[in-house]
Amino acid sequence: MVIRTLLQAACYNPSMAELTPQDVDHIADLARLELTPAEKDLYRQQLSAVLDYAARLQALDTTGIPPTSSVLPPRTVLRADEPGQCLTPQELEKNAPDWEAGQFRVPPVLD
Amino acid sequence: MSDPTDLTLPQTLHGLRVGEFTSLELTQSYLERIQRLEPHLHAFITVASDQALAQARIADQRLNAYRHGAKTPLPALTGLPMAVKDVLCVAGMRCTSGSRILENFIPPFNATVVERLLAAGVIILGKTNTDEFAMGSSTENSAYGETHNPWDLEHVPGGSSGGSAAAVAARLAPAALGTDTGGSVRQPASFCGVTGIKPTYGRVSRYGLVAYGSSLDVVGVLGRSVADIAPLYQVIAGHDPLDATTMDIPVEGPFGSAAAPSAGASLKRLRLGVPKEYFIQGIQPAVEAAVRQAIQTFQTELHVDVIPISLPHTAYALPVYYLIAPAEASANLARFDGIRYGPRLPADVLEDVYRRTRGQKFGAEVKRRIMLGTYALSAGYYDAYYAQAQKVRTLIRRDFEQAFEQVDLIAAPVAPTTAFRIGEHGDDPLAMYLEDVFTLPANLAGVPGLAFPVGFDPQGLPIGMQLMGRHFQERLLFQAAHAYQQITTWHQSVPVL
Repeated sequence: MVIRTLLQAACYNPSMAELTPQDVDHIADLARLELTPAEKDLYRQQLSAVLDYAARLQALDTTGIPPTSSVLPPRTVLRADEPGQCLTPQELEKNAPDWEAGQFRVPPVLD
Repeated sequence: MSDPTDLTLPQTLHGLRVGEFTSLELTQSYLERIQRLEPHLHAFITVASDQALAQARIADQRLNAYRHGAKTPLPALTGLPMAVKDVLCVAGMRCTSGSRILENFIPPFNATVVERLLAAGVIILGKTNTDEFAMGSSTENSAYGETHNPWDLEHVPGGSSGGSAAAVAARLAPAALGTDTGGSVRQPASFCGVTGIKPTYGRVSRYGLVAYGSSLDVVGVLGRSVADIAPLYQVIAGHDPLDATTMDIPVEGPFGSAAAPSAGASLKRLRLGVPKEYFIQGIQPAVEAAVRQAIQTFQTELHVDVIPISLPHTAYALPVYYLIAPAEASANLARFDGIRYGPRLPADVLEDVYRRTRGQKFGAEVKRRIMLGTYALSAGYYDAYYAQAQKVRTLIRRDFEQAFEQVDLIAAPVAPTTAFRIGEHGDDPLAMYLEDVFTLPANLAGVPGLAFPVGFDPQGLPIGMQLMGRHFQERLLFQAAHAYQQITTWHQSVPVL
């Protein structure tokens, strides 16, 4: 079918870039995501496939090519140093999961 | 009275102004269709009936005052109902982004595009379904259930603006806002047989849009035709001091079909590029045939010059996008942590609040992309993945710049297939990503793209084509596609529901 043909045309080789379980643990930690063992294994396989496909970019010679971080021309956008309207504590409270005395209440940072 | 939901946008606005029907009658007609068809389509996450009817009554007061000679000018879209993709904030109306991590979030402010439409007199019917955080090409990644394609309920409407596209196709709303980061306005427009504009990056404010990929996200409009969406684009486009990425470039004068000269004359000698890299082996034959037929129509009936061109780095757009977008998403979605809004999963230590809330409230595709992006940005991998992708992005931009030295517009299919079956790409994220091959380049280059229907496949599923243009040349896209729609009838077909 169509998508498989496109995959083959893209020289997809699933055996190349493999993430290890340790890689997955490290990434999940950086991203502050708690994953089940089943999720870790599934994502390990799926991410490996995507990264392998993405690795074909490394074959391109980009010597001297500047990176694009924005498609807009480089410019600095300033505004007048005047205070605007902020959200009020009453508005913030409406969406707060745990609110006390005008503050978001959270568990301790350290054990 | 004939059904006002059958009218075009200009006819609807006229009907409201002269009192052929009230905004209340019009809004009720749309809400009745929503009530009847939503159990089959699930195009909406939130239907705001009470608010919409209240707004309609206010609109009717203004329309009455206008008809009785009131001095204050009547906003251009007074009394017009619309749907809004559930990634754009409407004050007081739940905004979920298709995610459980925002299941109870009620924005205290309007997105700028919403603010502008409200000021123009629009009534908001509700928030449409979307892939979670706009990550997806089928609306199957919504945490609130999938949307069904009105042309065949077992097929996807496309994504991520699948709810908006389905709502427009099924005439649950005259028009809808969507967003397009990798094709999410154009592809569902194509799959649902409607017209959709992805403006130039920097043309429309993203203030109040839940961010996915900040260098790629663009707010767009879906409707039944170019004549229907152009006036809405006119209202939302333009510089916004609240969004530093909007350019202070004037928006072209009103697109008026009545004022334009005959379709043929206005497009004569326009140069239409056909990029060979978009007509590769593996495209569904009916899609290629319909798009080539449409190009032929532009040539023979509209006297456009068709010029073969090459966009050599097209094949690299997919890996570039699936490194840059997830990288940006990993930063944008760091704010969802259970602290200031959304649900919170309790824990003894602060960090575990983050881990548990995010781990359990984000869906699988979102977690996949956050991890992909985190990896691509992490120490030791940044240069090989993210930095390299940014450089190849420059090559893709240059392809377009060079092409636009030879041509004025570029024609291409929107997707390699028509709407696939729900569940078809269930186990294979990469196969799903490949649906985006033809839409991604425009987002990477920042150029505008307009999708519109050009046929149907043998199963009766719609086929769309897209025109891409130079930055801030949306007017030319509208002119060309409008001319096509004046001599064809694809956009007038309606699914039987």
